[in-house]
Amino acid sequence: MTELNLTLKVWRQAGPDAPGSFDTIEAKGINDEMSFLEMLDIVNERLINDGKEAIVFDHDCREGICGTCSLMINGQAHGPQKGTATCQLHMRKFHDGQEIVIEPWRATAFPIVKDLMVDRSAFDRIVESGGFITAETGGASDANLTPIPKPVADAAMDAAACIGCGACVAACPNSAANLFTSAKVSHLNLLPQGQAERYSRVEAMVDTMEEFFGSCTNHGECQEACPKEISIDFIALMNKDYLKSKFKNRRMLSRR
Amino acid sequence: MELNSKIPDGPIAEKWTNYKFDRKLVNPANRRKYDIIVVGTGLAGGAAAATLGEQGYNVKAFTFHDSPRRAHSIAAQGGINAAKNYKGDGDSIYRLFYDTVKGGDFRAREANVYRLAEESVNIIDQATAQGVPFAREYGGLLDNRSFGGAQVSRTFYARGQTGQQLLLGVYSQLARQIGLGNVALYNRTELIDVVVVDGEAAGIVVRDLLTGEVTSHSAHAVVLATGGYSNVFFLSTNAMNCNVTAAWRAHRRGAAFANPCYTQIHPTCIPQSDEFQSKLTLMSESLRNDGRIWAPKSPDDNRPADQIPEDDRDYYLERRYPSFGNLAPRDVASRAALVEVSAGKGVGPLKNGVYLDFSDAINRLGEKVIEERYGNLFEMYERITDESPYKVPMRIYPAPHYTMGGLWVDYELMTTVPGLYATGEANFSDHGANRLGASALMQGLADGYFVLPNTISNYLAPKLGTTPIPTDHPEFQAAEAAANERFSGYLSIGGTRSPDHFHHELGQIMLTQCGMERTKEGLTQALADIPALHAEFKKDLRVTGDGESTNQTLEKAGRVDDFFELAQAMCLDALTREESCGGHFRAEHQTEEGEAQRDDEHFAHVAAWEWTGDPGKPIRNTEPLTFDNVHLAVRSYK
Ligand SMILES: Cc1cc2nc3c(=O)[nH]c(=O)nc-3n(C[C@H](O)[C@H](O)[C@H](O)COP(=O)(O)OP(=O)(O)OC[C@H]3O[C@@H](n4cnc5c(N)ncnc54)[C@H](O)[C@@H]3O)c2cc1C
Ligand code: SF4
Ligand code: FES
Repeated sequence: MTELNLTLKVWRQAGPDAPGSFDTIEAKGINDEMSFLEMLDIVNERLINDGKEAIVFDHDCREGICGTCSLMINGQAHGPQKGTATCQLHMRKFHDGQEIVIEPWRATAFPIVKDLMVDRSAFDRIVESGGFITAETGGASDANLTPIPKPVADAAMDAAACIGCGACVAACPNSAANLFTSAKVSHLNLLPQGQAERYSRVEAMVDTMEEFFGSCTNHGECQEACPKEISIDFIALMNKDYLKSKFKNRRMLSRR
Repeated sequence: MELNSKIPDGPIAEKWTNYKFDRKLVNPANRRKYDIIVVGTGLAGGAAAATLGEQGYNVKAFTFHDSPRRAHSIAAQGGINAAKNYKGDGDSIYRLFYDTVKGGDFRAREANVYRLAEESVNIIDQATAQGVPFAREYGGLLDNRSFGGAQVSRTFYARGQTGQQLLLGVYSQLARQIGLGNVALYNRTELIDVVVVDGEAAGIVVRDLLTGEVTSHSAHAVVLATGGYSNVFFLSTNAMNCNVTAAWRAHRRGAAFANPCYTQIHPTCIPQSDEFQSKLTLMSESLRNDGRIWAPKSPDDNRPADQIPEDDRDYYLERRYPSFGNLAPRDVASRAALVEVSAGKGVGPLKNGVYLDFSDAINRLGEKVIEERYGNLFEMYERITDESPYKVPMRIYPAPHYTMGGLWVDYELMTTVPGLYATGEANFSDHGANRLGASALMQGLADGYFVLPNTISNYLAPKLGTTPIPTDHPEFQAAEAAANERFSGYLSIGGTRSPDHFHHELGQIMLTQCGMERTKEGLTQALADIPALHAEFKKDLRVTGDGESTNQTLEKAGRVDDFFELAQAMCLDALTREESCGGHFRAEHQTEEGEAQRDDEHFAHVAAWEWTGDPGKPIRNTEPLTFDNVHLAVRSYK
């Protein structure tokens, strides 16, 4: 175990419409075996001891799966370790004496709630518009009736691994949500069960996405920042299906 | 208090079918005339809200999370059981039922467990139809693995992310209902009280976590699916925000709390690296399929694992339980680890773990297969500890993980307050004194998709044409006023210690006195220490910030306050249950070999505690348990 003395520059903002600014906080004697959020817990305990308000930040599972944690750490979404959510980042990735700048996700579609906490419900709107397979409870046939080739199931799982954290949006110079949306679309569009709604799904989800988020210009920053290393290949898949949907959905209309 | 379990008549295999036929129905056109509140949008609550919405009821769903997809259910790694017998290795509904009753150490209701086993098969079909990408074999059919406490392969999984994928399935169906306008979602909204009018559930009082505003919502029925209470220990594998408030507030309003002392310690967590750490990371117990657990034979052996020859290693689970070996149930495996570490044979820098070793499996199956099975778990381990399990054995140690106790419910999942239901980990129903691996996901989804949506109509049908109690009713007004007072009270104490500080101290008491091993002396001590600490909390708490914007310190204060009262119920329950069973191990009640010793003559019952206004003096009611199908036997995994 090594002890680190750090200087934190933390974004503080009292509410959605309040002006924000950086607060400088000395974090001394931090055990490098700790996770980044455990470090913030300690900083918060010290703030409360000093009669100050604790830093507000979102978190829950602390094991990289719920997608609740966020944070821009020194300008990088989820910090310096690739394929790692903030809650799984450990202080051994930092060095004694380092200055660490901590900011919330910055994107118009993710308004700041307070300090480092943002509102990511635009993601929910995208899913509500089509991110499902219509399968009402009770009507399902035996699960082994439709064999699914392993590579297909694996590819769907690769996409389904997205935790909905929003790092892809935060890292994107255009604040686009194409990586998230494509992961959601591809998970279902790859599977045999998802075929019936394949084109209506992609159309609805992409259209909803465009209401909230910027346009993708293929920077690829999203894939770099993604804690689950979701591949931008899914964006290509989504775009292909979206194009086809314009044709297929219209053909369906003409048949009515 | 009367505890009527309402178990239907008939042979075990026909009870559920009979019930479904006999219960009252609400016809589809009338369903929109009913309002139902569902609190919690994890597996149990999300599945219920989505299904009730599909059926045509007006549903209001509440969660303190920002999105339903964040619920703690998402963290389940290992898998979900179902009696599909796809492997043809002799599994059946009856066997899953049998294993679960036995695994629960004969402290669960047979009828509930049988129904759970029956519905298990439908869950897999349902989830697959929703697009849950369960693991497949090369032929395209579903793959299974085996899990602790079972001798058949019946566990379905999606890599190491089964809970995530099942929850995303639930969330997708819920999102569809939200989009269609059948379910209204209230996110970042916390239940802080339950309102009962004329003996029936009338609604809930909630606090908006963004503005601090306290409001009420009423409905014809209220469902609590708010998860478990392991976080009372401070140290646990649960997500940081899991808490008991919803269940506890319901308890204070008349819902009996059953078997609070039945808590489960999970054998395979990464040991704590420093004392500030509250959340421990669990390593899925599926790892025990291929990993071998051992400790050095000598406490003085300080050599690195790879330099300790076979002869100096003690594969203590294989030695003590030859037929189940490394797959012995959780309570057995956990206590066995405690024995090793207490004897000074712990490994790692703090000597607080035992080894879980994959070298044999890697030699036998190759690194590729192991990576396929556990790749993401190994990665997770390495990220946390900086050690690669492909090269050195993992270090593991038990930690609080799951709570079998919870709100008492009858066969219909209704609490002792009519119209108030509890599902998922929040209720006490199916796991007895110990839960087998991969069966919590199964229970949450069975409750949410298949049980509650069938039982709730029995209560609702006679209420046709009634309207929910308006929220300006004096009971709602009084509850809102009390809640406002409670939260402004925390802010005005102006003491010196934070909510986390008290939580940490409470956890220490609970871990030592009401953890893996309990004694009369320790529990009595705890019952003196907890109220004393709670009194200090009320005098010396410090909450900074205000009550009109997001304030996580204030949220925590309310949750810790409720943990204090729950902790007393847990210790009282543990003290009065003079036997050892499942996760409840009283040192006074053990065999010569150190195994749990049940007392079926005096304790084959559920203890359901009734609130009296004094957290130190609740009333203990009992519901006798009868075993007509699985015969009471000493649980043996040798
Ligand atoms: C690390 C880990 C791994 C696990 N692995 C497995 C496994 O492999 N297999 C298995 O079967 N089980 C596993 N379990 C157990 C299983 O995950 C849980 O028991 C189960 O998911 C609980 O589901 P639930 O729906 O009852 O509650 P939760 O998922 O905890 O959901 C609770 C919901 O209630 C809401 N809520 C709570 N209180 C309030 C309130 N006061 N106001 C408003 N909303 C509230 C929350 O926001 C959330 O939406 C694991 C558990 C852990 C900790
Ligand atoms: S695609 Fe990656 S970065 Fe974007 S929300 Fe999903 S997990 Fe987060
Ligand atoms: S806290 Fe859950 S992903 Fe980080």
